[in-house]
Amino acid sequence: MTVTIRTLVGASLVLALTGAASAETTITVATVNNGDMIRMQRLMPDFYAQHPDIKVNWVTLEENVLRQRVTTDIASKGGQYDVLTIGNYEVPIWAKQGWLLALDNLGADYKQADLLPQVAAALTVDSKLYAVPFYAESSMLMYRTDLLEKAGLKMPENPDWDFITTAAAKMTDKAAGVYGICLRGKAGWGENMAFITTMNNTMGGSWFDMQWKPQFDGAEWKKTLSTYLDLMGKYGPPGASSNGFNENLALFQTGKCGMWIDATVAASFISDPKESKVADKVGFAPTPTRAGGSNHGNWLWSWNLGIPASTKKADAARTFVAWATSPAYLKLVAEKEGIANVPPGTRTSLYENPEYLKVAPFAKMTLTAIQSANTAHPSDKPVPYTGGQFVAIPEFQAIGTAVGQQFSAALAGKATVDQALAAAQTLTAREMTRAGYPK
Amino acid sequence: MAREVSTGRKALVTAVAWGIGLLIFFPILWTVLTSFKTEGEAVAPHPSFLFFDWTLENYETVNARSDYLLHFWNSVVIALGSTLVGLLIAIPAAWSMAFVPGRRTKDLLMWMLSTKMMPAVGVLVPIYLLARDTGLLDTRVGLVAVLTLVNLPIIVWMLYTYFKEIPGEILEAARMDGASLGSEILYVLTPMAVPGIASTLLLNVILAWNESFWTLNLTAANAAPLTAFIASYSSPEGLFYAKLSAASTMAIAPILILGWFSQKQLVRGLTFGAVK
Amino acid sequence: MATQASRITGRLMLSPAVILLLLWMIVPLAMTIYFSLLRFNLLMPGTEAFAGFENYQYFFTDPSFWPALANTLTLLLGVLAITVVGGIGLAVLLDQPMWGQGIVRILVIAPFFVMPSVSALVWKNMLMNPVNGLFAALARGLGLTPVDFFADVPLASIIVIVAWQWLPFATLILLTAMQSLDQEQMEAAEMDGAGWFWRFLHLTLPHLTRAITVVVLIQTIFLLSVFAEILVTTNGGPGTASTTLTFLVYMQSMLQFDVGLGSAGGIVAVILANIVAVFLMRMIGKNLEG
Repeated sequence: MTVTIRTLVGASLVLALTGAASAETTITVATVNNGDMIRMQRLMPDFYAQHPDIKVNWVTLEENVLRQRVTTDIASKGGQYDVLTIGNYEVPIWAKQGWLLALDNLGADYKQADLLPQVAAALTVDSKLYAVPFYAESSMLMYRTDLLEKAGLKMPENPDWDFITTAAAKMTDKAAGVYGICLRGKAGWGENMAFITTMNNTMGGSWFDMQWKPQFDGAEWKKTLSTYLDLMGKYGPPGASSNGFNENLALFQTGKCGMWIDATVAASFISDPKESKVADKVGFAPTPTRAGGSNHGNWLWSWNLGIPASTKKADAARTFVAWATSPAYLKLVAEKEGIANVPPGTRTSLYENPEYLKVAPFAKMTLTAIQSANTAHPSDKPVPYTGGQFVAIPEFQAIGTAVGQQFSAALAGKATVDQALAAAQTLTAREMTRAGYPK
Repeated sequence: MAREVSTGRKALVTAVAWGIGLLIFFPILWTVLTSFKTEGEAVAPHPSFLFFDWTLENYETVNARSDYLLHFWNSVVIALGSTLVGLLIAIPAAWSMAFVPGRRTKDLLMWMLSTKMMPAVGVLVPIYLLARDTGLLDTRVGLVAVLTLVNLPIIVWMLYTYFKEIPGEILEAARMDGASLGSEILYVLTPMAVPGIASTLLLNVILAWNESFWTLNLTAANAAPLTAFIASYSSPEGLFYAKLSAASTMAIAPILILGWFSQKQLVRGLTFGAVK
Repeated sequence: MATQASRITGRLMLSPAVILLLLWMIVPLAMTIYFSLLRFNLLMPGTEAFAGFENYQYFFTDPSFWPALANTLTLLLGVLAITVVGGIGLAVLLDQPMWGQGIVRILVIAPFFVMPSVSALVWKNMLMNPVNGLFAALARGLGLTPVDFFADVPLASIIVIVAWQWLPFATLILLTAMQSLDQEQMEAAEMDGAGWFWRFLHLTLPHLTRAITVVVLIQTIFLLSVFAEILVTTNGGPGTASTTLTFLVYMQSMLQFDVGLGSAGGIVAVILANIVAVFLMRMIGKNLEG
């Protein structure tokens, strides 16, 4: 026993002391645990073949943990990471702080002009690109063609919320475990608030007026929240207040949802017969708007690779991000894993590729959704901010999550529409005052 | 000493105890079973207990995705390292408190314990900044240091309560025979205290192994232990119950097995002076 | 009994531990107090400024503060009640002669070895999930509507998970104490015609007092900082239904990156923890004397 312990201690000390000494450049990449990123880790041999002098250390984390860790590190200049996976929410804010390296000059092979303009615009500050998109998404309506047919309905080209309510009512069959509609309910600025904020945009509402005064006491928010709660209360699945993207995806894949409004990227997961029980019965439509409205409130989200200004290995990091988001990488995925698995939403050429259009029936709808996302003018009203499903100010993470908590509580039946809106108004006003708005 | 009981009563007690034992153990058992199912079976509306197609595919997926051995080894180094360093500091302290108590010893002990009540989230930023400035971010050394400090009060207290049970006269006698302080601790006290030290060691290895705030926040790639490994499985996309189960099983199996094999030693010293 | 020399040696041997813990406490604490007086948001560097007690004012007037305080105490007392009562029950049960006692004990202590994040994930996804969880499947099998645990009874669900993790610890300590119970006295009382309940109340329970205090003390230390279980399952919600003080501080310093506010919250939490500590120490001190 003692001998074993002694050996172990000895060995562990040696190991602890000789931590990370090696000749090649090692870069640490912090990333999110989604399917595309995990696929990239499998394809690393290609990168190593081209760049034998660079070694990549992966830190794969769940989205919220990732955001917290990466933000702590970059804001305190901890320097633990050389490449960060960040959203288009962070990029402009961090770029203005000087925390990110500008990423032009990624080489002629990179074809920067091929990036979808809406996506690239969200990552550009003072006409410089500060992060490169790895994958991008907007939102759309996904539905079960068989259930809709059974309900005797036909999906209109531009569905509105009234149609959704009717359809949800007819598709719901609780005895069979089928719920007419699945929507995000889990509290979080990137969870339920991503959906509810865009829904409110379709209703003509906004977060703030031009004086940065919160608008939760207005008629639009009341209409939004009561429609949302009504839909989910009557036709939604149980436990909706803790359902985020992943939970809803699992529900839809197992045939428990009639309709689902969420990220376009879900389309490929629910159409994959290996993962989805309903792969051959799914249809796609634009996100609903209010009757007669034209704003579909499409959101725009992209996962991007950025390089912290504090890195000491900028060259290796640049080489890596160029490889990971290049046209060549898309080709590599297409060869090794099939073209349907190429990370979507970043490059125009992908949507002009007939092979992709053939295997990805959702491609056209995805492209339309991304192109119609208007992050510069998200609301019908004039607003002092940009961003689709979020408000691009540093305070929004906290405020969005706190408001999300209130709405999630309302969904769980712990508060009424008016109580939730009043609480949201109070706490938003409080946080904005604390942060010193109007600025 | 042995009580005489009827077989009927013994059978009843056995049945009840086994029932409760299995009930308490069930979540772990269910996780292990699910880890051998396919994702489809893991969410079947009528879950099957044993009669499903056993598969190892989840373990293969998890292994292909993460460097389990690296995380495992980090956990071993951090848990064992912090415990051993902690013991090294705590044994003299506990000795002193137990055998040369002053008027303030009790207060001192209670103060030590109260340092453990400091909420870690409240001091994360200061500690993070300190770790950054000392170059200890994402190093095993840094984590060993932090976890040593986090668990030191518990180690001191456990040892203290255990040492106190040892009659002081034995030490006196040794001292009369001319034993130096060093040999007193080494040859007289330590052998008597082995059970106490062993269970302190075990308990702290368990606590350090399962510590998931500092280990997650102060590491990135190089020093990340199993707690970080599991954090990457907490909500991936799509169906993930079976993969999550496999990862969970892999994360808890080593410490569970250690705990089971050493439960006798663990229990012997786990009294915190509660038993006279 | 102790000589002057041994007193000095004693001090010397004690000092590394004391100095280290003192540093471990003072340095972060001093930094936290300092930060708590600043307007300091990690996301907005260069805007740090002295703010006096503004952060404290904001923390105390945060609408989540009182619910969080109440939730912290509910969680603490709930888990303590379940583990102490359950632990006594299990200790008495496991102390009886039976077949396969060793295996039952292994089964009962197993949850203690499971890391908090894993147990939270397992309970959340595989047991308590209202659609795909096992409890939901059981409920459907019995023709009932599955309970939506984390929406309807979030705090109670978390209490169950945490209690499951700590029940083994309580059981172990109480069982060890049970085994030193004077059997002859028990038998004598039985001869005198004392019933089972009388013996339990007048002999077993007093004998276990010290062990119970130890369980309460150790668990309180760990329960005040319960965090992973909440983060994984409910994220403090719905609303603030399962936000504890620790979690509130986490949200402020790690989600808002408002280090000033988070630090103020941290200091408040430290003070409250110390109030609980003093209270406990008094109680324990009495019981552990002698």
